[in-house]
Amino acid sequence: MSQTAAQPASTTPAVELVGIVKRFDEVTAVDDVNLAIADGEFFSLLGPSGCGKTTTLRMIAGLEFPTEGSIRLHGHEMALRPPNKRPVNTVFQSYALFPHMSVAQNVAFGLQMQKVAKSELDDRVAESLKLVQLTGMEKRKPKQLSGGQQQRVALARALVNHPQVLLLDEPLGALDLKLRKAMQLELKELQQRVGITFVYVTHDQEEALTMSDRIGVMSEGKLLQVGTPEEIYEQPRTRMVADFIGETNFLPATHAGTGRVRLVNGEEIDAPIDGVAGQELTLTVRPEKMAVVATEVPPDPGVNAIEGIVHRRVYLGNALTYEVDVAGDVRLHVRHENAPGQQRFDTGDRVRVCWDPSATAVLEA
Amino acid sequence: MAQTTLPPRKADQLEGQAATAELEKSAERAASRRGMFMAAPGFVYLFLFFALPLLIVFVYSFANRSPTGRTILANWNLDSYQRLLDPFVVQIAWRSFVLAAGATAICLLVGYPFAYFIATRSPKVRAALLVLVMIPFWSNFLVRTYAWRMLLGSGGPVSQVTEFLGLGETRLLFTTTAVMIGLVYGYLPFMILPLYASIERVDFSLVEASRDLYASGWQAFRRVTWPLTRPGVVAGSILVFIPSFGAYVTPEILGGSRTTMLGSYIVRQFLQARDWPFGSSLSFVIMLAMLGAAFVYFRVGGKTL
Repeated sequence: MSQTAAQPASTTPAVELVGIVKRFDEVTAVDDVNLAIADGEFFSLLGPSGCGKTTTLRMIAGLEFPTEGSIRLHGHEMALRPPNKRPVNTVFQSYALFPHMSVAQNVAFGLQMQKVAKSELDDRVAESLKLVQLTGMEKRKPKQLSGGQQQRVALARALVNHPQVLLLDEPLGALDLKLRKAMQLELKELQQRVGITFVYVTHDQEEALTMSDRIGVMSEGKLLQVGTPEEIYEQPRTRMVADFIGETNFLPATHAGTGRVRLVNGEEIDAPIDGVAGQELTLTVRPEKMAVVATEVPPDPGVNAIEGIVHRRVYLGNALTYEVDVAGDVRLHVRHENAPGQQRFDTGDRVRVCWDPSATAVLEA
Repeated sequence: MAQTTLPPRKADQLEGQAATAELEKSAERAASRRGMFMAAPGFVYLFLFFALPLLIVFVYSFANRSPTGRTILANWNLDSYQRLLDPFVVQIAWRSFVLAAGATAICLLVGYPFAYFIATRSPKVRAALLVLVMIPFWSNFLVRTYAWRMLLGSGGPVSQVTEFLGLGETRLLFTTTAVMIGLVYGYLPFMILPLYASIERVDFSLVEASRDLYASGWQAFRRVTWPLTRPGVVAGSILVFIPSFGAYVTPEILGGSRTTMLGSYIVRQFLQARDWPFGSSLSFVIMLAMLGAAFVYFRVGGKTL
């Protein structure tokens, strides 16, 4: 998961969006998106519903044309080309399998449209169905398949065409949790096997973190941040990104010289920061990076420790969450793994919340 | 029935099973009685005013016509069925078929794009357009057909336009063309409405999927939209073809003596020729033919989904 999909500067990106804008009447669905996706990369567009991620995907597919900007696939301009003239294929959210065709006919459709010879077509359909483990289902109608199987047909129907880029629009959204988890790993494995660039749209942050080489987080039509799952999770640049990916705490603060910030109550702590003193900032720290410690225990040097009062303790089974009121009106969530021999704290206890300054991300806003 | 659908039970529960089965059976009978009671008025009505008259027509078709035009219910024979093969009758049947098939084809050609247009509008526009399609039903069919007589007649608006354009007077009234125009006009809504219903149901992401899979706009229509809307095409075609085939008012008012269709011919048997057995056999055979054709058509068209 920690591997970084570096973008070799020498090769042209598989997908390149330059200044893409899409307006529907008065609504700007996609607002000046610039993005380069490397060949062979598993790239996720992540964001809440209505953030413009699906519209962006549809513009790459050619099902929507951008109002402004340029779309290049392997360096070729595609922005206004119809979908049937683009070397990309899509796995649709609801699969969009043709209900009047069998599994084999569905998979063969793209090849027939490209006038692929019958013998080659049969081979490729069989090969593609084997790839998604649906051999033997050729004659079934989509209705006779389970959701997971339909999903595989949709995948086979797209992959059989050997597209340069495969676009996936929340392909696992309709599956139940267990199947979704299994398919996540399977998809990732498949992507590595076929070596095709995947552009994956999802609103499920966990899905994006698990599968992607890189993630682009979108909100209200804008691309907020692009980075590896680790970068996005550990070093979010805006409040929106930090908030959308996982759970997090926000601490308002003021810049107090290199490496130091002042909290609302005047307490000063360490944070990885330089720049202009006096600037208003927001610090964010993930709950699992913090610890609740009894006040009697002296804090380790170099670790941030601020005092607070336990508001409540939430038992989660595998973990515990403490809600601790600190620095005036800030309520921090601190997550402890449910390990044996841990001291428990109760509502009203005076405690210290500690964390390593390096676990702090400083947000622009 | 109820007993066989019960799951198998252990032997020591056999007695309980029998009791349960008995209860279930009587509950089922009660439900069936209630259903019968609810449907009774419909049954009675259909029997009295549909099945019985049909039976009478069937019986009359084997009867004799007296020289004065009375129907004699004796000496049952197949004469009136033999007369169906008379070249004159065959000619009228063929003409009816051609006109009905032509009207159906034109309705489909005109109706499909229009239904598609309606189905792809915003809900508001859709509702308005559908009302417009149905507005003609709010006035009498006979009156509307007479209106066409005015429009198509010599010196009428259509003729005036062609004269003005220097194309000379048009003589449309009392021609096959006039009947065709009347049929298309009269039955077009019956084509548009079922087509609209089936097009509106099409999941357009399927069309997008086909475009994504390298289909051109036309190929997407041919391979996806058309097969998915075939049930609407079948329903619309039947709704236009059957009444057109037996049309009476339209050919009577807009057609001439050389455009007689089956409907008019049957009416003539009953009212003018006073040959009830022949009119009956004609009616009955047409009904059977329609039923058979509709059955086959539904089978063929319905198979696609």
